[in-house]
Formats: sequence, structure tokens, C-alpha cells
Amino acid sequence: MLTFHLSNSRIKRVLGGLSSVAITLLGLLALTFFIGRVMPIDPVLSVIGPDADNSTYEQVYQEMGLDKPIYVQYFYYLNDLAHGDFGNALLTGRPVIEDIARVFPATLELATVAIIFGIFIGIPLGVYAAVNKGRTVDHIIRVISLFGYSTPVFWVGMIGLIIFYAWLNVVGGSGRVDLAYDGFVDPVTGMLLIDSALAKDWDVFQSAIKHIILPAFILGLNAVSFITRMTRSFMLEQLSQEYILTAQVKGLPKHVVIWRHAFRNILVQLLTIITLSYGSLLEGAVLIETVFAWPGFGQYLTSSLLLGDMNAVVASVLLIGLIFISMNLLTDLLYQVFDPRTRK
Amino acid sequence: MITNSTMAPSATSKSASASMLMLLQTLAHGCKRIIRNPLTAAGLVVVMLLLIVAMFAPWIATHNPLAQELSNSLQAPSSEHWFGTDEFGRDIFSRLVYGSRITLYIITLVTVIVGPIGLAIGTISGYFGGVIDTIFMRITDIFISFPGLILALAFVAALGPGLEHAVIAIALTSWPPIARLARAETLQLRKADYIVAVQLQGASSTRIIFRHIVPMCLSSVIVRLTMNMAGIILTAAGLGFLGLGAQAPLPEWGAMISTGRSYMLENWWLVAAPGAAIMLVSLAFNLLGDGLRDLLDPRN
Repeated sequence: MLTFHLSNSRIKRVLGGLSSVAITLLGLLALTFFIGRVMPIDPVLSVIGPDADNSTYEQVYQEMGLDKPIYVQYFYYLNDLAHGDFGNALLTGRPVIEDIARVFPATLELATVAIIFGIFIGIPLGVYAAVNKGRTVDHIIRVISLFGYSTPVFWVGMIGLIIFYAWLNVVGGSGRVDLAYDGFVDPVTGMLLIDSALAKDWDVFQSAIKHIILPAFILGLNAVSFITRMTRSFMLEQLSQEYILTAQVKGLPKHVVIWRHAFRNILVQLLTIITLSYGSLLEGAVLIETVFAWPGFGQYLTSSLLLGDMNAVVASVLLIGLIFISMNLLTDLLYQVFDPRTRK
Repeated sequence: MITNSTMAPSATSKSASASMLMLLQTLAHGCKRIIRNPLTAAGLVVVMLLLIVAMFAPWIATHNPLAQELSNSLQAPSSEHWFGTDEFGRDIFSRLVYGSRITLYIITLVTVIVGPIGLAIGTISGYFGGVIDTIFMRITDIFISFPGLILALAFVAALGPGLEHAVIAIALTSWPPIARLARAETLQLRKADYIVAVQLQGASSTRIIFRHIVPMCLSSVIVRLTMNMAGIILTAAGLGFLGLGAQAPLPEWGAMISTGRSYMLENWWLVAAPGAAIMLVSLAFNLLGDGLRDLLDPRN
């Protein structure tokens, strides 16, 4: 009886969560639809070109449903999207969805390496700051993490290129790999590090590492700051609990108290924080990819923006919104799966 | 929270002026603690400096920020040109000084737009609850589900590049956190005795919201706006960098980095100086906001 009751309320909550996601999603679609409509670019002209005559214009105008009321157009738009039709990109002439599928792995690769930096730098810093709360080292870490919040990521990227590429020449320059190796490895996953490792082409792999390390590190700086600050406050909360005092009184070594007792209890919170910052790396990727000529999703979005390519922009923005919503949903689910206190 | 509830009775009589007084008192009390915390004080000093530089730009700048001198282009920093010259021979230091006006312009305008809108939506949503609350909060959720820069990018793409459009785009993306905050505050105030008292006196909802609830939310909203300013600066710089914000020849810091990019490998000072300025100012607002938050946090 009890188990039935539990699962019932859980289902209700999941359903409630899903319906609010659905509403947010519809709003997201309405927003992108609106953005696409107010763009100062004539969608008909971009299809037929500037030289077509009036009758062609009228015909295409009607074919695209632009003579219909705005809510009917919104339905058309939803219908197209439901069939996976995002229109064609001006630049490549191919379906936008194909373009995005082609460029997205590069961004995924960059963001993944960046979040690895974020985790392995941010968590130790945060724990260290919490353990030494109020001491000089805590203040130093606070300033470092505030720097991560305050620096324009594209600027750090340029300074990084000037110092480590132009002056010291220890990293690769723009792009994903040295030009000489371009196109050496057949794309399987689209992620060059994995592809070159699969092909056992270690020269390409090495070149790819040299190219990814700087943009990924700089992209990860923001995640480092965020993870550091959150880790610190989560740890402080745990360290003030009585079970920590008990463990200390028992005479357990400090590192055991910190890592086995306190740290274990913040893992769920950390997991959700990491998921959230993984999603927000997309924002930095737009700028970092422009600086490093990284042929990913962010660069695709900005170059489409500058061209005024409506279909590509709307689809890209929609995708980013979708990723954000799913990341939020994922964090909610993670909490419910891993945190026993939420299983009521 | 303690200060809020003890202040509440006085707020009923002359809530607007009383809460301004409360704010001033908090600030005066806070000034002492701001000075005691060196990091917050440093933030405050930099923000003051920014204001002074923007105000007295013509006297501080050593050259005309727009005057081109092609024979003198791409000069390294020297005693004549402190931060060097750009590709048109313009003095970078003077451009930075005048650029502070653009930065302040963006921050002020966005804050002036976002503050009232967020406050209005949040308090109305929180006070009435029910369907109105659901609708407003759903809209807020939609805007929050986007990263700020991406949404601003999309809006600027729709409106066309330019400084004013960038301001509108940034404003459109930065009101939701303010609305959420004002709503949360209102939810706590709604059931307070003094609000019930005013309701019994027959005051209209509009009057209650704008005369009795909004003033009580002001202090926390102002702190939040300060913390937002760092984000506004970074988003504006990002838009400028992508060529969607302020247009040439305006000396906007992000746009300066963007044009300097073509020459940066040989002439590092073109991008180093404006970027450092952005970082410094944004860091200052972060430090100040952090300090203000600690100050108003009841747990301290």
C-alpha cells in the first residue's frame, strides 16, 4: 500500500515536471518563431533571389504561407519542425539540420574537454577553500574564481593565442588541427580526438591535442569559477554538521573526514552543478569558437547571424534552448534518482 | 529579515520615504563594513573611478579618440601614447577613456529598463498569485531557459546591429532574475500584518503593490542589479566583439578588441588594453555586488 502511494506521487511529480517542460518548450518555439518573423530580411527573397519577377514572388509568398494569419503561420512552423524540417541554410544550401549535425561534434568535443578542466580544477579548489575558510588561501581562491566570472572569455582567448602561440609557440593556432593534417582522418564520431585515436593516427591526435588544449582550458575557466564557488559552499554546509565533529572526535585523519565523509555527501549536488555548467559552456563556445576559428556550432551560429541567415539562426537558437531545458530536466532527475530525501 | 519586519510599521505611514530612509541607513551602516572588507572596498573604488573617468573624459584623455593619424598607426605604448595607437593611428588610452562613457551608458540604460520591469512583473505576480502568477512565471522560465548572450544575439539579429539594439536585447534577457527575486520577496510580504491592514482600509491593489510592496523589495533588487552589471558589461562586450553592438568608429571596448584582432599577433596592445578595462570593471562590480549581498544577508 505504502509503495503504491510512493510511486503514485512520484509519477505525478514527473508528469507535472514534464508538462511544465512542454509549456516552456512551446514558449521557446513561439519565441524563436517571433525572432524569425521580425528579422529585417525578406524570407521570400532569400528563396527566389533578387532577380525573380513579381508573379514568382507572389507564388512563393503564398507557398510559404506568409499570406495566412500569424497563428496559422505558427502552426505551419510547428508542423515543419515536428517533421524535422528546419529549412535550408543560405550559405551551404543544405538543410540546416544537416549542417548542425556536421558542426556539433566539434563543439561537443571542445565543451567536454572544457568541463573536464572545470571538474579537476574547480572541485579541489572549492574543497581546499572550504577547509581553509576565512584564511588567506580562501580569499585568494575567491578572487581567482571572481576573475573567472569577470573576464571576457574571447579576450582571454586572444591573449592566450598571443602568449602561447605567437610568443612561446607551445600550442597550435586556429582550427582543430594543423593544416597539413586537415582531412587525414575520416570522421566517424566527428570528434577529432576520438576519430584519430580510433584510426591510430597519433600524429593527428597529437596535433589535435595541441589545438584543443588552449580553447578548452579558456572555455572551462567559467566552469572552474562556478564549480569552485558551489563546491566551497556545499562543503561548508557539510563541514558544519555534527557527524563531521563525531568523525573528528573519533580521531579519523583529516583527509578521510574531508573526502570520505563530507565530500561524499555533496556528490549529488556537484553532479547537478556540473550538468548545468556543461550546458552553459555553449554560451562561451559561441565566442571562443570565433576567436580560435573552431569549426563548431558556435561559429556556425555567428557566421549565420552576420549573413542574416534566418533558418540557421532560428534552428541554432532553438537547439541551444532545447539543450538547456534538457540539462535542467536532467538535473531534476539526477536529484530524484540519487538523493534519497527527494523520494517521498 | 529582522530589519524588514521591525521597519514594517513605519513603512505603512510613509512607505516610500521611510523605505528610502531605511535604504540610506543600511547603506550608511554598510559603508563602514564595506571599508572593512578590502575586496569590496577595492570594487567600490574602481566603480567610482569609472564614474570619474566617464564624467571628466575630455580632461583625462590625452588625444581626440576619433582623430586618425595614419602616419602614426600601430605604435607600441610610449610616453606619447600610453597604451599605443591602433590601425588608424588613434590613441588607445583616449579611446578607452571615452569608451567608459559607452559602458556606463549601456549599464545605466539596461538597469533603468530592467529594474522597473522586473519589479513590476515580480510584485504583481507574487501579490495576485493564481493564474497571473502562473502565466508570468512561465514566461520568465522561457527567458531563463536561454543563456543570456545567445538570446541577446538572436534579438540583435532580428533588430539589426547597433548600440541601442544591443541595449534592448540585453534588457530583454536580463529582467527574469529580477522578476523572480521581487516575486519571492512579495510572497513573504503578502501575508504581513501591515499589508492586511492596508487591505482592510480599502486600498486598491495597485496602491498596495506600488506604495507598500515595491518599496520593501527595493534594497534587495538594487543589490541584485549591481551584481547583474558585471554580466551586462560582459554581454555588451561580447556583442561588440561579434560586431553586433556599438559600430565603428565608436570606442566601445568590445568593438575595439574585435577590430584589434586582425593585428593582435604583432601588436598585442590593441587587444590587451580594452580587454583589461572590461575585466577590471566587471570584476569591480562583482566584488561590490558580492560585498553588498553579504552585507544584506541576515545570516551575517
